[in-house]
Amino acid sequence: MQRNRVVITGMGWVTPLGADVQRVWQRMLQGESGVRPTEIFDAATFPTSFSAQVQGFQLIDFLGAEAERHADVSRNAGFALAAARMAWDQSGLSRLTTLERERVGVYLGSGEGPVDFDNLHRCAFFGWDHAQGHLDTQRWAEQAYRGFQQMREHQQDPNMAGAHIACLFDAQGPNFDTLTACAASTQAIGEACQWIRRGEVEVMISGGAHSMIHPLGVTGFNRLTALSTRNNDPTRASRPFDRERDGFVLGEGAGILILESLEHALIRGAKIHAEIIGYGSTADAFRVTDIHEDARGSSAAMRLAIQDAGLTIHDIDYINAHGTGTKENDELESLAIKKVFGDHAKKVPVSSIKSMMGHLVAAAGAVELMTCVLAIRDQILPPTINLTTPDPACDLDYVPNQARPAKVRTALSNSFGFGGQNDTLIIRQFEG
Amino acid sequence: MDRRVVITGMGLATPLGLELEAVWAALLEGRSAIGPIRSFDAQQFHCPIGGELPEFSLGDYIPKAYRKSAKVMSRDIQIALVAAYQAVKHAGLQTKCLVERGEAGGAAPIDPARFGANIGAGLICADLNELAGALVSADEGNGQFSSSRWGSEGMNNLTPLWLLKFLPNMLACHVTIVHDCQAPSNTITCGEASSHLAIGEAYTTIQRGAADVCICGGAESKINLLGLLRPDLFGRLSRRLDDPAQACRPFDVDHDGMVVGEGGGLVILEELNHALARGARIYGEVVGFGASCNTQSWKEADSTGRSHATAIRRSLKNAGIAPSEVGLISAFGTGIPSYDDSEARALAAIFGEHCRTIPVFSCTGALGNNGAGNGAINLAMAVLAMNQSTVPPTVNTRQVHPDYPLRLAVGRPIDARIDQFVSLAYALSGGQTAAITVRRFQK
Repeated sequence: MQRNRVVITGMGWVTPLGADVQRVWQRMLQGESGVRPTEIFDAATFPTSFSAQVQGFQLIDFLGAEAERHADVSRNAGFALAAARMAWDQSGLSRLTTLERERVGVYLGSGEGPVDFDNLHRCAFFGWDHAQGHLDTQRWAEQAYRGFQQMREHQQDPNMAGAHIACLFDAQGPNFDTLTACAASTQAIGEACQWIRRGEVEVMISGGAHSMIHPLGVTGFNRLTALSTRNNDPTRASRPFDRERDGFVLGEGAGILILESLEHALIRGAKIHAEIIGYGSTADAFRVTDIHEDARGSSAAMRLAIQDAGLTIHDIDYINAHGTGTKENDELESLAIKKVFGDHAKKVPVSSIKSMMGHLVAAAGAVELMTCVLAIRDQILPPTINLTTPDPACDLDYVPNQARPAKVRTALSNSFGFGGQNDTLIIRQFEG
Repeated sequence: MDRRVVITGMGLATPLGLELEAVWAALLEGRSAIGPIRSFDAQQFHCPIGGELPEFSLGDYIPKAYRKSAKVMSRDIQIALVAAYQAVKHAGLQTKCLVERGEAGGAAPIDPARFGANIGAGLICADLNELAGALVSADEGNGQFSSSRWGSEGMNNLTPLWLLKFLPNMLACHVTIVHDCQAPSNTITCGEASSHLAIGEAYTTIQRGAADVCICGGAESKINLLGLLRPDLFGRLSRRLDDPAQACRPFDVDHDGMVVGEGGGLVILEELNHALARGARIYGEVVGFGASCNTQSWKEADSTGRSHATAIRRSLKNAGIAPSEVGLISAFGTGIPSYDDSEARALAAIFGEHCRTIPVFSCTGALGNNGAGNGAINLAMAVLAMNQSTVPPTVNTRQVHPDYPLRLAVGRPIDARIDQFVSLAYALSGGQTAAITVRRFQK
C-alpha cells in the first residue's frame, strides 16, 4: 500500500496564553499559568469558579475583511478560523496558485458550539407545568418559535468549524469532524495523515477547536466531579502528577496544523517544521466513566504508534502527556508509560502543558502536538508546573516546574478521552 | 497487495422496523412510516410529523448485566445499541455481547484487539424535561436565569453522569464496551454525511491493517423538541400536514421539504480473508470512497452540485469504475427543493447520458431524515437491492421533477442487474459530502 510521508508546514493556535505561536511558547517555557477566575459567565457560586479562558478574542484581528462573511460563527469555530488562517499563511500555500482544491481536505476534532442558554432557560421556565412537574411541550413550542434563532442553532453543529474553514480556503477535498471527547484533535490529525499517506490528497488542514466554558459545560464536568475546585488559588489548580491534584482545569481554544505530503512540500520549497511518523488509536471498551485499571487501551495506543513509526522505545526523547490533573488519569497514564517503556520509562522526560493552559478538551491534542514541534525546534522541554508534592503513584520524570534544555529528535504525544478513547502521535525532526 | 474489504452484516433500527428483511419488504411495498408524532405532544410545532421507531426493549439487545447502564443513555445511544446487536447477529460474529447473552454459536470469538468501531453521531439533544426541571429550580421567579442559584443549587438536580448521556462518542463507547471492540474507535459528527464518512473511514482502517473487522455507520434521533424545531427554523420541513405519510417526496415535482425521523444503521466491514476464514456470507465489497465539501455555503445547498459530484467522481475513480458501469445510485433525496436540485445536478454531471437509465433510489420519503443514521440505512438497502436485483420504489415519489434526468422506481419496484452501486450522503448544514462505491462480491 502506498505510504507517502507527512510533514507539518504550518501551525496556528488560539490559547489561554495567547494566539501568537512564539509568544505563547515563551510563556510556557517561563512556566506561566493562563488560569484565572471565569469571566465569560458568572460562575461565582459554581463548584469551580475559574478556568483558562482565551482573552480578548476578535475574529476580525485574524481574518480582516473576510471576518464579515464568517461573522455568525460560534466562539470555538471562530478560534478554529483564526488558527487556520495563521497556519495557512505560515505554510505559504496562499501563494501557491496551482494548488488543486480537491486535493486539500479538512479533518478536525472540533466541539459543538455553546447552546443558546438564555432561550433554553426561558422556554423551560414558561413551558414548565408546575402542577404536573414536567415540561408542557405545547407551551414550550410556542415560546421556542419566538425565541430560538436560526443562526444560533446553526452554530452549534460540531461540523461547522470545518465547514467554515472549507469555505475560507475553498478546500474541496474530504471534510471531517471527529468528536472523540478529549482525544478528538489527536485522532483527527492521525486520521488526516492517512489521507495523505494514501496519496488521496496533498494537504490536510487538521487540528481542533473547543470551548466548554459556558454554564452547561462547566455544569457537566462539575457534576462528574472532574474539575479542580481549588477556587482560592486558580493558577495552582492545574497540577498534573502532583499528589495534591484534584481535577482538571477547563480551558478553551484551537490548534490547527497544515499537514502536507513531503513531496508536495519539497517541490514548492516549503519550510518543514517536523514529520509525523506514527499514529496509534485504540478503545478501552471497558467502562463509560473509568479508565481500564491496567491502562490497557492507552498502553496499546502508544505501542501501536511506536510500531507504526518503525521505532523502538529508546528512540522516544520526550512524551507530551495527556496529563489532565485528575487522580485517575495521571496515575494510569504513568502506569501505561511504564508498561510500554519498562525500565527505560524513568529516563524519558514527560510533561503536561495542561498545568499552564488547562484542558482544551477536543482542541487539546492539536495544541500539544504543536508544542512538541516547538520543543524539537528549540531543543527545550516545556515544564509541568505546580508539581511540588510528588505522588508515589506518579514516579516518572515530569520536567517539574522549569523548562529544561534537552536533546529532542522524536516526541510522542498522548490524548485520551471519556469513553475510553486513546490516541498517540509521534513526530520527528525533519532531516530530509 | 491491498487488503480487500467486504460487507458481512447489516443491522438497522428504522421507523419501518428493526429487522433488515422487514424494512426491505416494507420498502418494496412502498410503505411510509411517517405520521403524526406520538412520543410527545407536538401540536404546537409547525410540522408535527415524523418517523418514529416501533417500541423496543433495550434489554433485548444488550447483555443483562449492562441493563443498569441504560440510565446514562440518550435515545441516540440506545438506537446505536439496537443496530449494533442486529449487525453482529446478521454477520454471525461471536462478540462479547452475544457470548454473554448465551446466543453465541460454535464459531470462534472475534479478537477484540482487531475489532474497531466508527460510528457517526449527531448533536445529541439533552433531555429537556430533565434539564428544564433543574433550570426552573434556579429561576428568580420571573423567567430570568440566575447563574448564582444555578451554581449553588440548580445544577445539583442533574444526575452526576448527566454529561455522559450527550457526548457524541458515547454511541461508540457503549457499542465498544458491549461488543468488546478495542481497535480504533472513531466518531464522525458531520450531520447526514456522518454514516458514510464513518463507513469510509472504517473501510480505510481495515485496508491499512489497523483492524480486521469494523462496526460502522451511524444513529440519531430527531424526534425531540430541538430536533423538530431546528430544521423548521432552517426552513427545511414540509408543510404537507394533511397527508403526513406522503409529505416527503424525494425528487418529485411536488417536493416541498423533509420530515424528521429517528434511526440507525450499522454495517459490519471485514477484511476479505478474515471473512472467508470464518465462512461468513458476503453481501458486497467496498471498493471506493470519495469525500468533498460544499465551499459555497455552510447552511444552504450547494447550488452547483460540485461537492456531490466531486465525492462521487473520486469514489468511482478509487474503485476503478466508469460512471456507465454503475448499476444503481443510492441517493439521499431529502425532498427539500434546493437540495434535490443540487443532488440531481451532480448526478447529471457525473452520469451524463446514462443518468436516464441508471436506477436511483432513496428511502428518505419513507423514513424521514434522522441525521447521522440515514446514510447507513440507505446504503444497507442498496446492498440488498444489489443482492436481489430489485430496486424498491422511492416511496412518495410519484412524478419525477421534469428538470431532473433521473430514473426512479415510481410506485413499484424495478428489476435491474446491479454489479456495483454508488451511495451518496451529505450534511444539510456544513456541506460535508461522501460517496461509497460497493461492488457485487467476486473472488
